[in-house]
Amino acid sequence: MRFSLAELMVCAASHIFEDDGEVLVTGIGLLPRLAASLAMRTSNTDILMTDSQSYVLSQPNPVSGLKSHQGQANENWMGFARIFDNVWSGRRHALVGPSQIDRFGQSNISALGGTHQAPKVQLLGVRGFPGNSISHANSFFVPSHSRRVFVEGECDVVCSVGYNNDRLPRGYSFSDIDVRAVVTNLCVLDFNGPNKQMRVVSLHPGVGLEEVQDNTGFDLAVSAEIAQTTIPSQQQLDLLNELDPLDARARQLKNNPAGIRQAEEAES
Amino acid sequence: MDKLVSASEAVSVIEDGMTVGIGGWGPRRKPMALVRELLRSRVKDLTVVAYGGADVGLLCAAGKVRKVIFAFVSLDFMPLEPAFRKARESGAIEVMEIDEGMLLLGLRAGAWGCPFIPTRIGLGTDVLKNATDLALIDSPYDEKEWVAMPALKPDVSLVHATRADVRGVCEIASPDHYMDDLFVRASGHSIVSVDEMVPSEYFHDPEIARRVFWERNCTQAVVHEPGGAHPSSSDPLYGFDIKHFKQYGELLSDGGYSAWAEAFLGDSESSYQSAVGGLEAIQSLPLPVY
Repeated sequence: MRFSLAELMVCAASHIFEDDGEVLVTGIGLLPRLAASLAMRTSNTDILMTDSQSYVLSQPNPVSGLKSHQGQANENWMGFARIFDNVWSGRRHALVGPSQIDRFGQSNISALGGTHQAPKVQLLGVRGFPGNSISHANSFFVPSHSRRVFVEGECDVVCSVGYNNDRLPRGYSFSDIDVRAVVTNLCVLDFNGPNKQMRVVSLHPGVGLEEVQDNTGFDLAVSAEIAQTTIPSQQQLDLLNELDPLDARARQLKNNPAGIRQAEEAES
Repeated sequence: MDKLVSASEAVSVIEDGMTVGIGGWGPRRKPMALVRELLRSRVKDLTVVAYGGADVGLLCAAGKVRKVIFAFVSLDFMPLEPAFRKARESGAIEVMEIDEGMLLLGLRAGAWGCPFIPTRIGLGTDVLKNATDLALIDSPYDEKEWVAMPALKPDVSLVHATRADVRGVCEIASPDHYMDDLFVRASGHSIVSVDEMVPSEYFHDPEIARRVFWERNCTQAVVHEPGGAHPSSSDPLYGFDIKHFKQYGELLSDGGYSAWAEAFLGDSESSYQSAVGGLEAIQSLPLPVY
């Protein structure tokens, strides 16, 4: 059975919602959205998802090939103002792709370098990250695991709260914060190391621990029995074809690498 | 009461140094014809509050802006708006960078006449470090600290609705009215551009009356601008103009504001519309699919 790295990542990411119950899952970007959709069809059918516009759906829309929102499986209207009512209730789990993540699980999508008055590179702005991170579970999706993303110091602009004692608001403890998992092109991580340290949970087929550590700007904890990331099942791959009929997932990672590394890829 | 005025009459109430709220979201249902009228005016030193897209980009590029209160400026399918990016990276503008939800709370506080609304949002992040006017407060009911999100009270707000009557009863038939109701309620003076004018009887239908998100006494001016949201969308009438946005991005990145203005702005909305292919072309833009 052949599968791509993107499919491996999507299937791995779909598992992070398994024990969430009836939460709104928001996957920002095509692969995270596909992961949320897959989860809703397999590991957690109680999930709520939106049409990325203004309705909650009882079946996820396909991520490619959709011609119109007419006829979709609407469940309730949910404009953007009402999204915040849900966010602040805590009944949500977002899967997002930040530009930087630091050892505290803080993340950045706002700007890189320079100063606040004149950043070297203006990105999106903080968007909803501050409110999301203080309200509900958040996980990260990283297509390119590198020291540029997993930065050595703190993020250039801390947009989301993490497990950082120096920034912990008065009256808060780490148990009020829920940075759940990180799925990258190399591995799956969580924050269940000592004192909420980021920890390697599983390595993708053909990836070594050293490679993960070398591409991370800070020390990682390692789980006692480090596993290999579960490879996609035929059922999951069939569902991906249904949820992404035009195979847009093949165009998300550079050169669409195979899910099990070829020898030459491992060396390069 | 007849509130129908021209775009230039409507925006003439905006003076140097004012705070202007702009409705819509990114590339969706932005009052762009009103923004273009502002670009043609002499007004400057504005503080702009918005869920930003090309509105914020163009006003920054044209040098009309002193400060932007924002959570993002984005065109969605083009994540980074080029003109805003340039303005930020050159240090040309002041900003108050806050969370999307804080912006909502600020407008709601403004609408409700509260000086602030307490929230957890921003705690533990650089929002508090960078937006130095945000205060932390104690709660009388718990031991935690809270962010006091101050009221945002635009002097004037600009929004784009689908239809209105001359008295300022406005219908938003799009799937989402975003925070437009809050912009209108938080401001002292609201200007609403619409694609279509309708007689007051149009609203007798209860389904349509449910698409009216603020009362007519919150609307001070109505401007009839068919296609006036272009290049943003005015769902269900027309989608956003991806082709134009790409051209817009290239012109503003390479030639700056003057290149864009020379190519498109013109001295009136009708000359703008001829430059972008005409009203019919705008009205046949397909609706976005997400």
